[in-house]
Amino acid sequence: MTVDLIIAALMTVVGLTTPILLAGLGELVTEKAGVLNLGVEGMMLMGAISGFAVTVFTFNPWLGVLGAAFGGAASSMLFAVLVLQLNSNQVATGLALTIFGTGLSSLIGLSFVGRIVPPFTSPFPAALSRHPYWEVIFGYSPIVYFAVLMVPLTAWFLHRTRAGLILRAVGENDHSAHSIGYSVVGVRYAAIAFGGAMAGIGGAYFSMVITPMWAEKMTAGRGWIALALVVFAGWRTGRLLAGAYFFGILMALELYAKAAGFSFMPSQFWAAMPYLMTVVALTIISARGTQGANAPACLGKPFLPST
Amino acid sequence: MEPSSLPPRLELTGITKRFPGGLANDHVGFAVRPGEIHALLGENGAGKSTLVKMIYGIMQPDAGEIAWNGQRVTIQNPKAARRLGIGMVFQHFSLFEAMTVLENIALGMDANIPARALEAKILQVMGQYGLKLDPHRIVSTLSVGERQRIEIVRALLLNPKLLIMDEPTSVLTPQEVEQLFVVLRQLAAEGCSILYISHKLHEIKALCDTATILRGGKLVDTCDPKVETSRSMAEKMIGGSLKDIQRSADRGFGPAKLLVKGLSLTPPGAFAVALRDISFAVRAGEIFGIAGVAGNGQNSLLLALSGEEVAPDHGAVVVNGDAVGGLAAKERRLKGMASVPEERNGHAAVPTFSLTDNAVLTARDRLGMVRAGLIDARAARTYAGEVIEAFSVKATGPGAAAESLSGGNLQKYIMGREILQKPQVLVVSQPTWGVDAGAAAAIHQALVDLAATGSAIVVISQDLDELLSLCDTLAVINEGRLSAPMKVADARIEEIGLLMGGIHGEGGSTHAA
Repeated sequence: MTVDLIIAALMTVVGLTTPILLAGLGELVTEKAGVLNLGVEGMMLMGAISGFAVTVFTFNPWLGVLGAAFGGAASSMLFAVLVLQLNSNQVATGLALTIFGTGLSSLIGLSFVGRIVPPFTSPFPAALSRHPYWEVIFGYSPIVYFAVLMVPLTAWFLHRTRAGLILRAVGENDHSAHSIGYSVVGVRYAAIAFGGAMAGIGGAYFSMVITPMWAEKMTAGRGWIALALVVFAGWRTGRLLAGAYFFGILMALELYAKAAGFSFMPSQFWAAMPYLMTVVALTIISARGTQGANAPACLGKPFLPST
Repeated sequence: MEPSSLPPRLELTGITKRFPGGLANDHVGFAVRPGEIHALLGENGAGKSTLVKMIYGIMQPDAGEIAWNGQRVTIQNPKAARRLGIGMVFQHFSLFEAMTVLENIALGMDANIPARALEAKILQVMGQYGLKLDPHRIVSTLSVGERQRIEIVRALLLNPKLLIMDEPTSVLTPQEVEQLFVVLRQLAAEGCSILYISHKLHEIKALCDTATILRGGKLVDTCDPKVETSRSMAEKMIGGSLKDIQRSADRGFGPAKLLVKGLSLTPPGAFAVALRDISFAVRAGEIFGIAGVAGNGQNSLLLALSGEEVAPDHGAVVVNGDAVGGLAAKERRLKGMASVPEERNGHAAVPTFSLTDNAVLTARDRLGMVRAGLIDARAARTYAGEVIEAFSVKATGPGAAAESLSGGNLQKYIMGREILQKPQVLVVSQPTWGVDAGAAAAIHQALVDLAATGSAIVVISQDLDELLSLCDTLAVINEGRLSAPMKVADARIEEIGLLMGGIHGEGGSTHAA
């Protein structure tokens, strides 16, 4: 009985963690290239509806995930053109992208309300994925494994490959990177697209795995938590994974506290926990003086080459 | 070797570049032979940087031709330049602070070389040219001189046929300059051409075979620096006669106005250099120079004197007989002390503020620009106008943003802002860093004139020539310790150089390897 409960709780945590982990990894790469994209929430919703729609038409959730990645990346390109080509303010443009993505996904989603999509088949045999105990490891959608796998892959890319080195260089000192001869704008386009694709897949996890059906604004602010997560993690992939699970546990606590009928605290308190804990964690990190050392120096600044 | 039979390594013909403000380069043409060390001379704004950027492919000329080994070429971007064999060491280093030396060098390489192989190559090049550097240090922990070494190694790894060096010696000790010259002469002997940009005319005389002088975007002269005098080249650069520092011969010094006694201080920040038991006295009318290689505590000393860092011992700093060691910058200003830090943009001035607002920031109390909490805008504007007028600052007016001024003009403005407040004690760091000869002469004269009125002046600089020509007394800072002061008239360059090198010259292990 208690084992069942623990397994159910763990699986809830994993489910809640996956979307913010995906979106957070994407945003981390985008920010490492020096671009602050506050449109994560909008891109997640665009990914959620794109993935859902593609799956409805093709009956293939794998194509659906591709569609979600494409939908997220496509919406991020709107942001990229404004920010990189027209040098608009990144904060304002990112906020606009969130509003735009929320609205457009609701509009597209009108004709998909009430539709259902075929679920993913587990990559593991049923003996494992349906096993009462082993399902805690093997019983998830492939997106969960993809998200976890992307953590070391992203770290490897950023710190072990030449392309990753160039990406970090562009975020660290865009003018130097330009004077050496790297395409600052090109690198940033790629980083923004990756961020959009990852946010899109994160969004699709809601519409294709958690519910699985379409409802407008179904990501419910998780894009903002993903953004906080990147700062919380100090732009480090390992800490991002730890942070994502930490937030996942806090979000699960809210659900379980409500379900268990804890009345000594209003449910709003549990809902506010992730945000309160962000403040606490950021305070501790900055008091230890380690924060900022890893923050990209050009984060949020437009690149104007000829000056 | 018959130089005449070989085509020039680089030949420019009629290079013209237009900016919104006017012509940056106006039909400039000259040639660099293989193995030649060619100086490019000119004041700030003469068009040297623009010209060099076009050679390195960062900008494209509007008109004119570039020929490489006799072949006409279009250099689309820096990568194309490097493919031809053009390397460049920038004045403002294009380094990535949060990354290691190795990563920085890897970013400058066009080929993808595995980290380990690259490290071996770096160590080999450093050994060959006697440069030392730990490839795994994070750049933000390195001194300016060490950062320059990264740039040099990065350029040398590409086996350049033409190396462009933009103001390379401003951060080095005399011995390091000699070492650099040995490297450059070795390169030239191997057939590499060098385009050498510098303000230091005696260096150009010692090093270069040919000098091309630019003024206002136009080529003024191409001459042999070994035949010319420093003075004749300087006058061609500024297009007029150069003024010497004028001071009365029979000046004497008054009582000590600034006393520093056993000042020890560890500023916050992982990379700050601690000051250890620093003592010196500066008398009225005296200009006291502090020489040293960058990163030996100059910044900490400036912060400790200006009051940005408060000394643990209140009596460690004395101005006009009053102990001020425990006072912050604002109170020290009221006691008659003013300071100008090294970094113009962001430390001495707020880049986005107007010159008027920047005047308010340091002059408000001494000149009564604030009444009942409100800024007297007219008084501030008038004062900013006076500074612009007195120091011939080129700006559109007191309303111009600090960042819109050229480095030399902003420096003149900041120096003027402090000097016109007639401080009893003035502490300045790198007063002519990156400033052209004309502006530097004006700043030096202003400091001498201020001293003549009975102020005590401390000049912290890495430019030894500047200190020798400007100061009455000189001391050397090394690893946070200050040497005994010496009279400039009696000082020997070799001795100062050894003091500047200090423990630095011996500690390394990779030096001979």
